[in-house]
Amino acid sequence: MARIASAFVSRLVIIIPYAWLLFFFLIPFFIVFRISLSQTAVAMPPYTPVFDLAGGLSGILEKMREFSADNYVWLTEDVLYFNAYVSSVIIAAVSTFLTLLIGYPIAYGMAQAPRSVRPTLLMLVILPFWTSFLIRVYAWIAILKPEGLLNQLLMSIHVIDQPLIILNTNWAIYIGIVYSYLPFMVLPIYSALEKMDHTLTEAAQDLGCTPITAFWRVTFPLSLAGVVAGCLLVFIPAVGEFVIPDLLGGSETLMIGKTLWNEFNANRDWPVSSAVATILLLILVLPIVYFQNVQAKADGEGR
Amino acid sequence: MAKWSRFNIVSVVLGFGFLYLPIVLLVIFSFNESKLVTVWAGFSTRWYGQLWHNQGLLDAAWVTIRLALLSATCATVLGTLAALALVRYTRFRGRVLFSGMVYAPLVMPEVITGLSLLLLFVAIGLDRGFWTITLAHITFTMCFVAVVVQSRLLSFDQSIEEAALDLGATPVRTFFAITLPVIAPAVFSGWVLAFTLSLDDLVISSFTTGPGATTLPLKIYSQVRLGVTPEINAICTILIGVVALGVLVASIVTKRREVQRERDERAAFAAIG
Repeated sequence: MARIASAFVSRLVIIIPYAWLLFFFLIPFFIVFRISLSQTAVAMPPYTPVFDLAGGLSGILEKMREFSADNYVWLTEDVLYFNAYVSSVIIAAVSTFLTLLIGYPIAYGMAQAPRSVRPTLLMLVILPFWTSFLIRVYAWIAILKPEGLLNQLLMSIHVIDQPLIILNTNWAIYIGIVYSYLPFMVLPIYSALEKMDHTLTEAAQDLGCTPITAFWRVTFPLSLAGVVAGCLLVFIPAVGEFVIPDLLGGSETLMIGKTLWNEFNANRDWPVSSAVATILLLILVLPIVYFQNVQAKADGEGR
Repeated sequence: MAKWSRFNIVSVVLGFGFLYLPIVLLVIFSFNESKLVTVWAGFSTRWYGQLWHNQGLLDAAWVTIRLALLSATCATVLGTLAALALVRYTRFRGRVLFSGMVYAPLVMPEVITGLSLLLLFVAIGLDRGFWTITLAHITFTMCFVAVVVQSRLLSFDQSIEEAALDLGATPVRTFFAITLPVIAPAVFSGWVLAFTLSLDDLVISSFTTGPGATTLPLKIYSQVRLGVTPEINAICTILIGVVALGVLVASIVTKRREVQRERDERAAFAAIG
């Protein structure tokens, strides 16, 4: 009896979080998909119901006939959406590359640091992640404004005599994404570099490699797993980013997260925003699955 | 040991300067006398004083704190269970789907999570408000807790658990007497992480909120859109202070625990020897 009870308890360890995630994470996606196939209605909730279990199976089949791909057709007809998807992916890709460019030397420098200061450095990289995302993005407005601190500084040292227009351009978005996601890039690269055996680069140099060739042929390939994980951690959320384009970007900047938000909050068009979300998810499915594999492999190594 | 070359020091210093300068500037200008955020006009704490008379803001802060405490606690329980399921049960039906559902929310764009949760709440006829935000926050923060606890469980010496089981303890008792005390620092840092994530969240909250449940980030966001003001800088500074204090306390507690554990281990070995 006790054994059956304890077997049941150990099952619960799986069942409770499993059921929670199924209900609150997976099923909602099906609801999004379902609503993306329904018509916009001026009601609350603002869409025509798609499923009505009271009608039984025949009722469901009846409703299935009312499914419409109208919202998807609408998305392809309006070039705005297509442009928003493309520019989101481009902005995310450019910012991911810039984050890598800035993050790699930081991670490398940290991994080379004396062992005693490494925990402190690690703590210092993680700390900004704990402060609010919104606050960190907000902090840049005062810096990048035409009369902001950056322009004041540059003009006072006579580098420029006209204020630079950075806020409300794509440059501000790049800066915002690089700044906000930098710890996500630094941490995985650092942990890959930290595990590395230093005698390998020494061996390469002994065998006649210059430090730079040794870096490209030994160090960098060995840190590739960290680079890939870091790039995915930056790229995937950046594609759907809303706060950064909204606060730092301009009116001409199109990003899909912002489009979805406007479609939902300003136009109150739930079916179209569901269709926008469904396509965004389709774009991101491959990188997300790839990320999960990388993550699962890393866990396997930890065993 | 490779030397810490000048290039490495410069890149680390510049990197940290980039990470911290904006936050430092924001904090400095919250003490600015002038209403203009970018022109320094002398030290003053008047913006902090004004916050105490802003009832809307105080209400939002109270909602945010209750929400973060409640959702972080539930998320810690669920996230710890999820981590145990992932580490201890390497084979069960649907494990791939399960690990996918734990990792995907870490990178999922918030607009998608927010929209999908909102549509779920509408579909099941739940009125939007405090409870819907709480459910939403539990869902996305529990995955972060799971990852933090999982990495601790992976380096856990399972033989001591097996010893307890061999000596006749039930799995539940073994968990509370052996496993939980060992992974407690990770569980605690998972809780702190969930707490701060909940404290910060804007996008998911704005989708799942309802009347009477305005959180601080929602309030800040609606004011930020109107422009930068020293008053917002003051709220942000307080939030940063709270989080910094929390992280500091968490790291001290973790450190203490580790020291204590090492001491206990040494005492145990001494007793055996």
